[in-house]
Amino acid sequence: MKGNEVLAEAAIRCGADGYFGYPITPQSEVMETLMARMPWNETGMVVLQAESEVASINMVYGGAATGKKVMTSSSSPGISLMAEGISYIAGAELPCLVVNVQRGGPGLGTIQPSQADYLQAVKGGGHGDYKLIVLAPSSVQEMNDFVDLGFELAFKYRNPAMILTDGAIGQMMEKVELADFKPRWTKEEIKEKWGSWATTGKPDSRNQNVITSLEMDSDKMESNNQRLQDKYRKMEEEECRYEAIMCDDAEYIFVAYGTSSRVCQKSVEIAREKGLKVGLLRPITLFPFPSKIIGKLACKAKGFLSVEMSAGQMIEDIKLSVYDAGCIARVEHFGRMGGIIPSPGEVVNALEQKFL
Amino acid sequence: MDIKDIIKPENLVYDKSKVQIDTIMHYCPGCSHGVVHKILSELIEEMDIQEKTIGIAPVGCAVFAYNYIDIDWQEAAHGRAPAVATGVVRLNPDKFVFAYQGDGDLASIGAAEILHACNRGENLLVVFINNATYGMTGGQMAPTTLNGMVTSTTPGGRNIDLNGYPMKITELIAQLPGTSYVTRQAVHTAGAVRKCKRSLKKGIQNVLDKKGTSFVEVVSTCSSGWKMTPVDANNWMAENMIPYYPLGDMKDSVKGGPVSEN
Repeated sequence: MKGNEVLAEAAIRCGADGYFGYPITPQSEVMETLMARMPWNETGMVVLQAESEVASINMVYGGAATGKKVMTSSSSPGISLMAEGISYIAGAELPCLVVNVQRGGPGLGTIQPSQADYLQAVKGGGHGDYKLIVLAPSSVQEMNDFVDLGFELAFKYRNPAMILTDGAIGQMMEKVELADFKPRWTKEEIKEKWGSWATTGKPDSRNQNVITSLEMDSDKMESNNQRLQDKYRKMEEEECRYEAIMCDDAEYIFVAYGTSSRVCQKSVEIAREKGLKVGLLRPITLFPFPSKIIGKLACKAKGFLSVEMSAGQMIEDIKLSVYDAGCIARVEHFGRMGGIIPSPGEVVNALEQKFL
Repeated sequence: MDIKDIIKPENLVYDKSKVQIDTIMHYCPGCSHGVVHKILSELIEEMDIQEKTIGIAPVGCAVFAYNYIDIDWQEAAHGRAPAVATGVVRLNPDKFVFAYQGDGDLASIGAAEILHACNRGENLLVVFINNATYGMTGGQMAPTTLNGMVTSTTPGGRNIDLNGYPMKITELIAQLPGTSYVTRQAVHTAGAVRKCKRSLKKGIQNVLDKKGTSFVEVVSTCSSGWKMTPVDANNWMAENMIPYYPLGDMKDSVKGGPVSEN
């Protein structure tokens, strides 16, 4: 199946209550697949084409506030439009899932794949101090798996989660093992699980639930900010996910996620054949970023090459990780832009030029 | 006779709705928001729908509506209340959902959201407070500001060549087949309050009967924004606002029905 189609199928199967979206290349198949599948007949899941990305993220906000599992998907320019709504959702501490099937920018850019929205995704993206849980699939199988995982983490932390992927994985066809169907939560289950905050209608037995990010009292607002920051620190402690390939004896380590990590897997093989001790560290969560493992590796490796389909964004987090560990490993960047996926050989050449 | 002898439960002829929260209001004296909040609270109590109701608050003075009406609320971003309400009602079709918006929120920054929610015929009530100004930010020009009206961003008065025309958005909304009931009311006299309450009641009932979007505009005062006393503001509104924004039903039919002769 196609990566984008799998996102739709996984949403239905994991018991999502609603999807709100707006067409944009290269992710339009998500909503098209949902509309063709008609999950409202099967599970009762609602699918609605909104008038804009601004509207779709606010529909997500409305649905999420009632304790429902809701999601949207878009691509880079659309995600920029959603930044306002995502900031409100993070500020109001609501769970939801946002998928960014990245394309090249800035502006209208290109419809070809890119990883140039890394900083927007991991640093928040909208206004105010907030973070998203950012998952970076590198295969169609992970596109499937991370829908359920994204919802699970979003509800665990009452925080928006994002799947940050790109047009290559969205359009790619691979074999995938789909998950079993999970039933949608009933009204009673939602009240039991999320009744302390969700706007399910105020009975006499409880006080009103108000979903807002607004607080006029600066002391109270600061404590709200602090509560959010404590949550993000807890994510950093508990939710870091990564894959380390041949890093144990590696002198040089590629750091890459998503599509570029697939390229780097091949680059590791080529480099090893040449006798170079090279490994790959693939962050699976981009926030929380796997800083600790990079810090640990930095104490024995000579250098890191951040391989990204951007001008170099993740390299900042790698440098901070090395700095925090008090190590002196060199960190360099190699990337292609404009929708170009680097070849494995190019990556090895870059490694040799920069380090050897 | 002492006043304390008169204030007894058996002498009570009028009481504040139980749905209205007993607290100090931040609204200015003479502001229409307080009256509309009171009517909504009364209707939610009278129609016994407190547990069914989810309100969507706007950005503007009514951002704090949740402090006054004792129901579950969601605070939307500026202009986005109809989209938020759409998300709520699509996933919770058994609820009574209403969006409460001002003129800047609804007719300016949220023009796309309101038109499309009404065009889809989302099953919700929109309460539209039109006081022709941005009250919370200090009285700037709104899309509904009258021609020649002085605001903090039109110190020489609104100039149509420069700023365009005062927008009759309710007339636009009435053209959309997704709406079933579209009306313009006011709350500047006791009679107007009673009529407005009837309109809001009809709007709520329409939603309970799943008739699509009902839209109630309330031509309102903003004495602080207009720099007038509450009495002067009421009079000014009656003399200047109502001739341009005439009161009455624009459409009272079913979803998909024609615009009435009114």
